[in-house]
Amino acid sequence: MHAFANPARFLRIARPLTPVLLLSGLAITAAALVYGLCFAPAERLQGETVRILFIHVPTAWLGMAGWSAVAAASLVELVWRHPLAALAARGSAVPGAVFCALCLATGSLWGRPAWGTYWVWDGRLTSMLVLLFLYFGYIALAGAVQREGGSSRLPAIFGLVGAINIPIIHYSVIWWNSLHQPPSFGWGGSAMAGPFLWGLLASTLGFTLIFAGVVLARMRALLADVQTEARLRRRAMEEPLLDA
Amino acid sequence: MREALDPWPFVIAAYALGIAGTLALVAWSWWAMRRAERRREKARAR
Repeated sequence: MHAFANPARFLRIARPLTPVLLLSGLAITAAALVYGLCFAPAERLQGETVRILFIHVPTAWLGMAGWSAVAAASLVELVWRHPLAALAARGSAVPGAVFCALCLATGSLWGRPAWGTYWVWDGRLTSMLVLLFLYFGYIALAGAVQREGGSSRLPAIFGLVGAINIPIIHYSVIWWNSLHQPPSFGWGGSAMAGPFLWGLLASTLGFTLIFAGVVLARMRALLADVQTEARLRRRAMEEPLLDA
Repeated sequence: MREALDPWPFVIAAYALGIAGTLALVAWSWWAMRRAERRREKARAR
């Protein structure tokens, strides 16, 4: 892990990997969504609304995976002070927030025909909304720390503390009465029928590759900003000496 | 008895939202990365 903390080595790996992840992710996602929209069968109880599964479940997974990445990178930053860990945490926050918002919106659109309502204040929906607010808080805090020059340990601690919400989201449908169905996947596999399961696995893989590509792109942007600022600051300090 | 809602407008809206949101995220991140890296190259060249 320490070997990858070197920015030059990171760039050597990230430069070719970013377009590969994005293009393969977009291709797999497009194929899975065409299958979900046009070829997947209607479900016995839910009818055609089950097609929303192929977009809702991957976005829910990435909304939670995004914060897990923020927490893991924050831990690495706090313990080992890796120079790239803070960038990895910040790079995961925006895509995590976007997928969290997409999960809430697509779930709401699924809820109306399935449950008869767009929104209900139950454990799963409320804890997912709390996650979206945590993302907003993290993004604002990390941005303020970068602008004002504060310690990057502050957003790292926030990222770690916020991780308490991830098991709450996962177990909310088990702990409390909910309109939401139980988890689609468990340790013992999935009870889902083949035509839904394989389409869902493909769309989840595609969206995950896109997420990884976006995180790398955002890390590269953040790293380039840090390096530009450092170079401009060094030049500003050297200039008065040259003038003298 | 209440009639069931037509599910297709909800399905289409969910797909449109998901696809538009994902494409916007990819385009924004790629553009921000290219802009930041160009700025770094300019700062190095000066």
